[in-house]
Amino acid sequence: MPEPLFRPGERVRVLKAYPLGHVRTPFYIRGCTGTVERICGAFPNPEELAQMRDGLPPQPLYRVRFLQKEVWPDYRGAAGDVLEVEIYQHWLEKT
Amino acid sequence: MNDTGTYRPLSYFQLMEISLRELLVEKGIVTEDQIAEEVEAMRKRGYERGARVVARAWVDPEYKKRLLENGTRACEELGLEVPALKLLVVENTPDAHNAIVCTLCSCYPRMLLGIPPEWYKSRNYRSRMVREPRAVLAEFGLQIPESVAIRVHDSTADMRYMVLPMRPAGTDGWTEERLASLVNRDSMIGVAVPKGPND
Repeated sequence: MPEPLFRPGERVRVLKAYPLGHVRTPFYIRGCTGTVERICGAFPNPEELAQMRDGLPPQPLYRVRFLQKEVWPDYRGAAGDVLEVEIYQHWLEKT
Repeated sequence: MNDTGTYRPLSYFQLMEISLRELLVEKGIVTEDQIAEEVEAMRKRGYERGARVVARAWVDPEYKKRLLENGTRACEELGLEVPALKLLVVENTPDAHNAIVCTLCSCYPRMLLGIPPEWYKSRNYRSRMVREPRAVLAEFGLQIPESVAIRVHDSTADMRYMVLPMRPAGTDGWTEERLASLVNRDSMIGVAVPKGPND
């Protein structure tokens, strides 16, 4: 597995990008900042697989935890409510 | 024909499925019988396997630890084959309630919970669960107090999720089988909690 660039507990930002094609980063989470909850391993890049390529080298996959109030400014609910989303490394940058 | 007996023309994806199936049979990659068997096996698979895993975790703290560390391996320990399932089990506690959704499609731990319910695949559930989970849970009849954080898990990539609910009060000394009977599908998705004898 390629060396992951981020560690659990680290703050990361999801790229605000809008490429065409098959993408596994949900629209609503792009541009949001969260905290790495865990590293899930490394998997072939699904954007490449969708183009019938091999998706290698595998991309480290993270679970990133976001505060609901930071994702949706008008969120109604407890301050501690969170969203956890799986995001591939090439969609993340340091904050 | 659909389930209600009314005729509708095939959709694009239905047509694609039939074409692909016929091609696979024609080329001798699979047989009609193998497809029928697999469909039958898929239909028979219910959420009982998931309930067994939950009940074991309730009675065996060491097993629970292993389950939370590596869900796939812990299922295999019980003799449950979960091929290709990278399972993450998330635990409900007095401070946190977990719920599962897949906003991109309808990813679901079928090997443990069977075929997903229709609502799990609906646009309504998928779009609102990440946006206003408390309102959605209330529609399922589940009121989560403000003192409990809600953790919504969007299974967007390679992992699959199952909620480990809290063991209901009043079940001390119950056997694993009896405990498993309290665990239903919705409580492992996180839109319900198991009811005990005192509830």
